[in-house]
Amino acid sequence: MTVSDLKQQLHSYREAAESMRDILLANVVMIGEIPAPTCYEDQRVQFIQNRFSECGLQNCSADEVGNGFGILNGSVGERNLLLVAHADTIFSDKVDHTISLLSDRIMGPGVGDNSLGVAVLASLPLLLERLDIQLKSNLILMAGARSLGSGNLEGLRFFLHNNKQPIAGALCVEGVKLGRLSYSSIGMLRGEISVRVPEMYDWSRFGASGAIITLNDIINKITRIPLPKRPKTSIVLGTIEGGNSFNNIATHSLLRFEIRSESAEVVHDILAEIRDRITETELESSAEIALDILARREPGGIDFRHPLVRQARDVLKALHIEPRVAPSTSELAELIRHDIPAITLGLTTGKKHMQQVEEVDIEPIFQGIAQLLGVLVAMDEGLCDEH
Amino acid sequence: MNIDQWLRENTFHYSSFWDFRHLVEAKEAQGLKISLCIPTLNEERTIGKEIVIFRSELMSRYPFLDEIAVIDSGSTDNTREVAASFGADVYLAEDILPEVGSKRGKGENLWKAIYQLQGDIIVYVDADIKNIHPRFAYGLVAPLVYRPEIKYVKAFYDRPLAFSQGIRPSGGGRVTEILVRPLFSLFFPELTAIIQPLSGEYAVRRDVLEAIPFPIGYGVETSHLIDVYSKWGMQAFGQTDLDQRVHRNQATRDLGKMSFGILQTFLNRTKALGLVPELPELNNIMRQFQVKDGHFEQIEHHIVEEERPPMLDIEAYRQKFK
Repeated sequence: MTVSDLKQQLHSYREAAESMRDILLANVVMIGEIPAPTCYEDQRVQFIQNRFSECGLQNCSADEVGNGFGILNGSVGERNLLLVAHADTIFSDKVDHTISLLSDRIMGPGVGDNSLGVAVLASLPLLLERLDIQLKSNLILMAGARSLGSGNLEGLRFFLHNNKQPIAGALCVEGVKLGRLSYSSIGMLRGEISVRVPEMYDWSRFGASGAIITLNDIINKITRIPLPKRPKTSIVLGTIEGGNSFNNIATHSLLRFEIRSESAEVVHDILAEIRDRITETELESSAEIALDILARREPGGIDFRHPLVRQARDVLKALHIEPRVAPSTSELAELIRHDIPAITLGLTTGKKHMQQVEEVDIEPIFQGIAQLLGVLVAMDEGLCDEH
Repeated sequence: MNIDQWLRENTFHYSSFWDFRHLVEAKEAQGLKISLCIPTLNEERTIGKEIVIFRSELMSRYPFLDEIAVIDSGSTDNTREVAASFGADVYLAEDILPEVGSKRGKGENLWKAIYQLQGDIIVYVDADIKNIHPRFAYGLVAPLVYRPEIKYVKAFYDRPLAFSQGIRPSGGGRVTEILVRPLFSLFFPELTAIIQPLSGEYAVRRDVLEAIPFPIGYGVETSHLIDVYSKWGMQAFGQTDLDQRVHRNQATRDLGKMSFGILQTFLNRTKALGLVPELPELNNIMRQFQVKDGHFEQIEHHIVEEERPPMLDIEAYRQKFK
């Protein structure tokens, strides 16, 4: 198949995806209504495995960390391609997981991140069958467990560490946002700073002010850390919690933060700075302050001119999708670490990302699926290989 | 048939019908057509999801349902547009059999569905179910496919969250336990075996639906049970445990109005069956009270349980189906 043959096919891919509208949307709803907080994805993964089994996929299984797999055997079977979507969400099982479906959009917790991605994964075998596409390569479909937050990509990490079959290329699927084209990973470090005031604390001591004020001191010090413009670097203060009530001085507080940089060295340096600030504050306040590192990513990736990125850009262009190039800190980073050519693609537009009433638009999904199929077929045809 | 035997033989759990391929084969071997009817009134938030789930799982993946229809009472939101956009056949109740006129009530939609839909079996599912799942349709229809002597299958919902001992109570909602079950215990003891007589989900064969009258309001479920029991006996019933139904809870005041309607239907049935002597003329105003500016005042609800005749009495129906 040539590049121009492939472009001709994109329209039929979109039509086939649209013809499966009810199956696809039902998968989004049913998957989205199964709570899957990180480390507790088993019911959602079981559902996906059942879907794979119904389609006659081989080796439908879950591994010991909870990843779900289905394998579509290729006609030649010499190469293996991996399609991965993380199965976990940031929402606890206490949250109402009801999904609402209107004519033009789907709403509910985690619907874009990443119920839609997983639903497309679950629908893909049927879609390929309808299009009469038999890939030459084996296609490993993976619903990844323990991906987000403190999960730290454990599912994919485990798979790549223990997998015996070489992976020729991989696609990471995210619900939002259509046009997303990530081919590189930035350096990242995720940490938690917890402040605890001992029960027998001497409140008459100078500076005795409770865990919230102490954490506030640390935050002020962190925000004064100078950040370079190049390589691009940022510190994100993500969540903060602490205390028990209006009228009691807080005895505990917690800050979750993330350092991001194009340079691993800068991430390392900033972490050292934060450690110094914590030690300084600890000495001033005598509160117990702990720093836990929960996740790390190394920067890296394939080149903008890599055939996989070029093919993906061409497919997006042929479908009139505006590419949004942005580095990733998710599954892609782990694939890059294992020298597997990989990109991340988004499927549709949406809003209120990571909020309980997250919304995704229905119509662009079919364009997103056509794009995914286009890139997958290009990979299978060897159009994305470096020569 | 005693109650214990009926409970043992005619009570099912939806999970026992997990083999869809086998179910579809059995349906096709009998040449059965199955219609799903969803009566609606302003359900735009939930209707799309219901249709997509049923279409995907019981039409596209497995050809079990032949028809998915929404019979709408005149929604003022986008219920009909949403339903149509996801591929349901959408009808306005007043457009069906216009020569018999139009009445407001869920029972009216259920009754008109018998004329409009094609199925040998019609399964009715409410539109306000938050945890919609294909079991709400196949769990109710499957006993009719596998057991020719069963004509009418009711849903019930029984999922204990945690229970440590061997015995626990099971039953229906407030109106069932306070009104309907005591009445059934007095007049139709066998019908007490139906665990949730007021559940809005049931699957019925056409030859039963066309032969029974339909109260158009609150009494439709109660009257069905009494009429089917009187004509075909307890063996015509089945019931399926669908685990859990998440829906809006009704206020006690609304349940009072519902009970008033059910009582009207019930008393009329007992009179028609000769179970009670002549009844005095019944009032059709339900009174409730509220306090306004320190004074009690009454609120009057005019509730008349009108009834549609058996569909077989309608000329247009006989022409279409007979």
